[in-house]
Amino acid sequence: MKRRALKAAFPHTIPIMAGFLFLGMTYGIYMGSLGFSFVYPMCMAMIIYAGSMEFVTANLLIGAFNPVQAFLMTLMINARHLFYGLAMLEKYKIPGLKRLYLIFGMSDETFSVNCTAQPPEGVDRSWFMFFVTLLNQSYWVLGATIGGLFGMVLNFNTEGLDFVMTAMFVVIFIENWLKEKDHTSALTGLGISVMCLVLFGADGFIIPAMGCILLALTLLRPRLEKGGEAA
Amino acid sequence: MTVVQHIMTIAAVALGTMLTRFLPFLVFPAGKKTPRYVQYIGKVLPGAVFSLLVVYCLKNVSLLSAPHGLPEAIAIGVVAALHLWKRQMLLSIAGGTVCYMLLVQLVF
Repeated sequence: MKRRALKAAFPHTIPIMAGFLFLGMTYGIYMGSLGFSFVYPMCMAMIIYAGSMEFVTANLLIGAFNPVQAFLMTLMINARHLFYGLAMLEKYKIPGLKRLYLIFGMSDETFSVNCTAQPPEGVDRSWFMFFVTLLNQSYWVLGATIGGLFGMVLNFNTEGLDFVMTAMFVVIFIENWLKEKDHTSALTGLGISVMCLVLFGADGFIIPAMGCILLALTLLRPRLEKGGEAA
Repeated sequence: MTVVQHIMTIAAVALGTMLTRFLPFLVFPAGKKTPRYVQYIGKVLPGAVFSLLVVYCLKNVSLLSAPHGLPEAIAIGVVAALHLWKRQMLLSIAGGTVCYMLLVQLVF
């Protein structure tokens, strides 16, 4: 039963394999360029397993020690996972420990496969979703580890490699911009972030910016919800 | 930071991530309706957070001193152009990063 589920799951994860190996390796090399052993990206890929947040964590690790800010930033950046969870309440209603791993390993990509892919006839759905989750995380851990090892031994000039994080978020920003019909939220976020950066400086703007964004979106709710229903 | 502080920071991030993934399953047992406010925030928050993340990435760029954020501006232009042209996430990221590395290593 498990073998068939694994065989059925693998093809659905191939596109993700390419992306995760590439980004995972870049992340590992990036950690290496910051002076970390490959053990860091490897363990972070296993324990945190949230790609964009791991890049941010790399930056937090070279700054001042502030676990509360790290925790709050994680909540904001990964808040979207709350809604993946809401979408999967029914699908992930399966018995046993598998369920815990399915929820733990629900990255954006795994969510999109498990939410949409239909396992073939006769394949156990819960094992299918389990292997999609496991394979995807394995690609990420593998990429991060290889990248981390490369980062430790390669001796090329990595100056500017940190831009990979900026490039990634710019791409995500554009994707989201093209998808959304109303740009109020994106523009509100941009305006508030820039304003807080100017007011509070590079080291202290994140938490006030997050607070102001939540407040602004709450105040904008009557307007945005009306627009959302019309769209 | 010491190694212990590293571990604590990573643990804080891991805890935050797990909270965002497990919370819906703990708070809203399947079948129960999600509050409208939560649904609304879930729909509009991502857009604002992506903006925040782009600003976060650029937080140490100084517009007042040379090179006035020029390498960042050019590389972001390349990322955007590549992405609007091909819509291939990995190509846009790789192209923009290589461009930025060349700019800061060879030009500026």
